[in-house]
This record gives sequence, C-alpha cells and structure tokens, in this order.
Amino acid sequence: MDLIRLNNIVKTYYLGEVDVPVLKGVSLAIGRGEMVALMGVSGSGKSTLMNILGCLDTPTSGEFWLDGQEVSKLSRDQRAGVRNRMLGFVFQSFNLLPRTSALENVMMPLNYSRNGWSDREARARAVKLLELVGLGDRMHHYSSQLSGGQQQRVAIARALVNEPSVLFADEPTGNLDSKTSEEVLRMFQKLNAEEGITILLVTHDAAVAGHAKRTIHIRDGMIANGLHEEGTAGAGEAVQADAAGKTGVKP
Amino acid sequence: MRMFYKTLRTAIHAMRRNVMRSILTTLGIIIGIAAVIAIMEIGQGSSSAIQARIASMGANTLMVFPGQAASGGISWGVGSVMSLTPLDAETIAKDCPDAAYVAPTVRGKGQVIYGNRNWVPMQTTGTTPEFMHIREWPVSEGDFFTDRDVRNSSKVCVIGQTLKRELFGDEAPVGKELRVQNVSFRVVGVLERKGANMMGMDQDDILLAPWTTVKYRLSGSGSSAAPSSSGSSSAASNAVNSLNGLYPSSSVKLYADISAIQAADTPMPVRFANVDQIIVATRSSSAIPSAMKEITQVLRERHRLKGDDPDDFQIRDMTEMTNTLTATTGMVTMLLLCVAMISLVVGGVGIMNIMLVSVTERTREIGLRMAVGARGMDILFQFLIESVLLCLVGGSLGILIGRGASMLVTKLAGWPVQASVTAIILAVSVSVVVGVVFGFYPAWKASRLDPIEALRYE
Repeated sequence: MDLIRLNNIVKTYYLGEVDVPVLKGVSLAIGRGEMVALMGVSGSGKSTLMNILGCLDTPTSGEFWLDGQEVSKLSRDQRAGVRNRMLGFVFQSFNLLPRTSALENVMMPLNYSRNGWSDREARARAVKLLELVGLGDRMHHYSSQLSGGQQQRVAIARALVNEPSVLFADEPTGNLDSKTSEEVLRMFQKLNAEEGITILLVTHDAAVAGHAKRTIHIRDGMIANGLHEEGTAGAGEAVQADAAGKTGVKP
Repeated sequence: MRMFYKTLRTAIHAMRRNVMRSILTTLGIIIGIAAVIAIMEIGQGSSSAIQARIASMGANTLMVFPGQAASGGISWGVGSVMSLTPLDAETIAKDCPDAAYVAPTVRGKGQVIYGNRNWVPMQTTGTTPEFMHIREWPVSEGDFFTDRDVRNSSKVCVIGQTLKRELFGDEAPVGKELRVQNVSFRVVGVLERKGANMMGMDQDDILLAPWTTVKYRLSGSGSSAAPSSSGSSSAASNAVNSLNGLYPSSSVKLYADISAIQAADTPMPVRFANVDQIIVATRSSSAIPSAMKEITQVLRERHRLKGDDPDDFQIRDMTEMTNTLTATTGMVTMLLLCVAMISLVVGGVGIMNIMLVSVTERTREIGLRMAVGARGMDILFQFLIESVLLCLVGGSLGILIGRGASMLVTKLAGWPVQASVTAIILAVSVSVVVGVVFGFYPAWKASRLDPIEALRYE
C-alpha cells in the first residue's frame, strides 16, 4: 500500500474578492522507502503542496491518505498529533532553539509525544540519532556553536527522533554552501538507503533533486510529470492531474 | 501529570534561556508585591496604633449598671436597685476570659478644699487601680493608688489636670493634703491631660480615690434619693453609713434582716456592699460581644437568677465609638488594598507586555514546536506556566524585599510595623492570579498561531 496518496487535491486561497487557485487537482502516490524530490519554480505551488503533505495545512477539496488514514479533514489538534507520530521536518533555516544544546534540541519533539517516552529513553534515542548524523561529539554544544551543516544535521536528527514514516525536507540545502549541501544530501541518501526512511525533498534546484530516486515536477499548481528518473522499482506513480476547466492563472 | 512536568520543564528552560528578559519581566511583579507587603505591614502597624488610640478613648469599654426597680408599674430607672457588688467585679475579672480589666466604681460628690481654694469636681469617683488601664489613662506625676490602698480604704487620691490647676496652680500637688467633705486626702498622683469627652464634658475635672474610701469615708457620696437620679444607688447605704461614722464595719447591712424561715429557704450570702457601676475593658474591640455574653452569664449565676427572670443589671457598650473604630479600620484597610491592587495591576500589565514581546520574538520557535506536534493546548500551557512561574518567583522575591523594606522603615523611622501572614498568603495567590490573567492573552495568542506563518516569520 502507498504511504502517501493524494486524490485530486485542490487548494484555493481566498484573498478578499479574488480566488487564487494554487493547487488545481493534484494526485500522486508515494510508496514506503522512496526518496522523492518535489521540484518546481517559486510560485508553482510546491510549498503549498508541501504544507498539505506535511499536515500543516488542509486542502480545499480532495483526499489525502497518509499511511491508510484520511487526514485532510482532521482538526488542528488531530493534525498536530499526526505530525508528532508520523512526520519529521527539516527546514531551510534549521530552526534550532537558541541557547539550547544539540541534545535537547533533538529531544524536544518527544515532549509532545503521547507514546510516553521516559527521560532516559528519550535521551538514549537522541544520543543514538546524533551519533547517526555524525555529531556524537557535539551533543552539548549550543546551536550557535555549530556550523551550518552541523546545525542542519541536528535538525535531521530532531526530525527523526519520533520515528516518523516520512521525512519532509523543505529546501534543506538552501542556506548551505555546495560542499556542505552535498554532505547533507548524502546524509539523506544514506538514511534512505540504510534506514529505509521515506524522504520527500522539496527544492527548486535540479542538482538537489538529482539526489532523489524520483522527481515530481510541479508547474502552475499541477503535476507536470512523474518519471522514475533512476528507474527504481518505485511503488508509486504520479498521475497527471485532470485540470479540467482550469486556466493557467499563476498565484 | 507527566505532560505537566514536561511543560514545566520546557517553561523553566525557556526562562533560563533568556535570563535578562525574565528578570525584567519579573521586576514589575517584584516591585508590586514588595509594595503590597511593605504597605500592608506598615499599614497594619499604623492601623493597630490607630485602633489602640481609639480604644484608649474607651471604645472597648463595657459598663455594667445595676438594674431598675419598678413599683406599681412605675419604673425608677437604671440604678434603682443595688444589685452589683465588688465581688461581682472580682468574679467577672476571674471568670470572663474576654475581660482584660475590671474595676468597680462608686460615685461621690463634694467640695474639694486645698488651702484657701476650693472646687467642686465634676466627678468624684471611687475605684480600683484597674481603672487606669481601662481608661488607658496614666499618671503624669506621682503614682496611682494601689490595691492595698483599696483594701485599707486609705485616704489617698489621684486628681485630674483641671483640679490640679484650680486647687494648686503652679504648686506640685503630689504629697499635699486636700479635704473633701472634711475628710482629708493625700494626693498621690496627677493624671495626664485627657481633654473633653465626646459630649464636651471636661474629663480632667476628676478626683479618683479607692472605692472603699469614697463609699465608707465620704458622707453624702451618692447625692440624692434613689428615684430622682440614676446615679444614686448608694443612697441607701449612705443612710447606714452616715450613722456609722468613718470606718466600714461588719455591722453594715444593706438589706433588712430576714427571718429564719426565709434564710433557710433562700440561703443568700449577705452582700458586703454595693457599687454603682462596674467598668470592664475587653481584650479587644472585637471581643465586646463575647465579653457581654460572658458577663451576663456570670452575673446571672452570681445573682441566682432563674431561667426566665429578667436581668437585674444592664451592660452597655460604646456603640458609637465601636462603630467609629470599625469604620476607621475598614477605611484604612480599603485604602491599602486599593494601593496594593494598583501596583499589582501595573506589574501584571508589565508581565503581559513582555510576554507579548516574547511570543512575537519566539514566533518561529512556536511554529517549530507546532510542526513537530505541539497542540494549541501545549503551547498555551507552556506560556501560561512560564508567566505564572515568573510571577511566583517575582512574588517570592517581592515578599523578601517588602519585608526588608518594612523592617528598614521600623529601624529608621520607628513606625509601628506588624508582620502579616495574610499579606504574604495574599501576595502569593495574587501573583499566581496575575500570572494567569495577564499571561493568558499572550499564551492564547501564541497557541492560535498558524504553524506555516509562524515558521516563515522573520
């Protein structure tokens, strides 16, 4: 079964009098263990799609099945629960808590977990993840004492701490130089290959998207293609959305 | 519980992350609570000083009068029976826990002569040394007469300032002999100036002597017959006394001899003497009602009154003064409360201000927390607990500083200060309430943030 399945997702923003359709019927499927890049120029609707996939926003219409659960109609707090149980986020600007050690940054999401992590378990898990991302010796450094690449690796460890089904990375290399970007992307590939974590990369950079096994192009709120660029036995396929009656209005 | 602990830890962590801001936030509450504590302590000190002053005017004084007699439907007014005895006074002092001081009084009257001057004082009163405590009226020269003087019915007296001026002028009166109705008294003390009472009567125009002396040595004390005056209850005993000369003796009888049958039926002890009035100072003005109950019970028992017999005495309190006292205390308390409330509101607004700034400043953090699964409630509680904690810490510091300030005031200015547990409990609970009330809006605002917007916030 697909981990993520979108059925004809529409998202329209109502700005006063004008309706701005941003997503005009997106359907796609992503299987477990895939590493997919979501590509598009700015304004194409990829951030909106990302927000919907990340359960941060709800679609205007359409269905969103996440691991067999329809999540598009959930309330705010229910979505928070879904995010906490099943999703991990890596942001462009790291978003680490200032004046807080790397270890505590990684442990932070477990504060909101309903799974009853004890302090000892939480700490052990955070230590393990920091070692996994190669920061075993920097656990007690404040985020300001870490380089950009290290900060982003702390953020990756934080995203993985609650054992998510999907890891969302929104322009994870946007604030990094090319060498560090490469390190971070290799980290993603390693996690995908060795730990079997499903990863969704959002980017406008073809070089970044090239690290993924499959790229989904978004153009004008619709999916432009869904080629398996590296020809993996991908479980999912992106379906060209039916864009009936849609004019190509750019938001 | 577990969630609460985690939220608490998060809140403490957030506070520690920005110590300077936390201190600035609490400053308002620290000052507010410190002001409350200091004002309450100094205020309560002054309030009790004021209360003591008013009490010295007699607000916590009770007066016990003998009851009234009636014959043929005609009442003779208060004091027309002689039902109070010095033993009543002693029993009240012994058996009523709310009565602090008890003194019997006997009224006398007469011209006072010293040298070539004479004067008729407004009051010639026989009493015991307790009188001085009841009226809170110390002597400015010499001493008050003693219990021993009362027992011996010594011919000593204490005079008021007016009497001193009229009889002695510039002379020192202590040790001098003056005469009242041809009985010579030695002046042992002069009372402090008290001024006029609320009715305009000069209270300093007074001569105090042991009640035994006034009763048994001054002929004509109690000036007229019973029906004509409420103050003349000792008229009957005067009739006996005037035959008896200057000394009290066992032959004094207040009542007619009873027959043997009567004596067997009602074994009443023969009363030694009666007094005109018993004055009682209660421990505090709030103890007046209970003291009245206790005195009634004691006197009814002593007077052997059966269940539905009417009281043969009357107890009066100083209602007007008591009301003044209550009103004054209430007003001072209200004033203090107002000042305290204002400073706390100011502190609370300060907290709200900085919490709002803090929410804005930490918008991205809030967005992040929401993205990793914090629900609105989690964020709300985190900020609420943060503000309550700030207020609690500020409150505790404020209590210490306030206590220090009031101690300093006592040291430097010598104002009366009263440590107040109520103020401390109040301050702590108020700081929690302030934290919740003024922390709620920022916390609610934080919890309503949209995670997408919050994460994008620069």
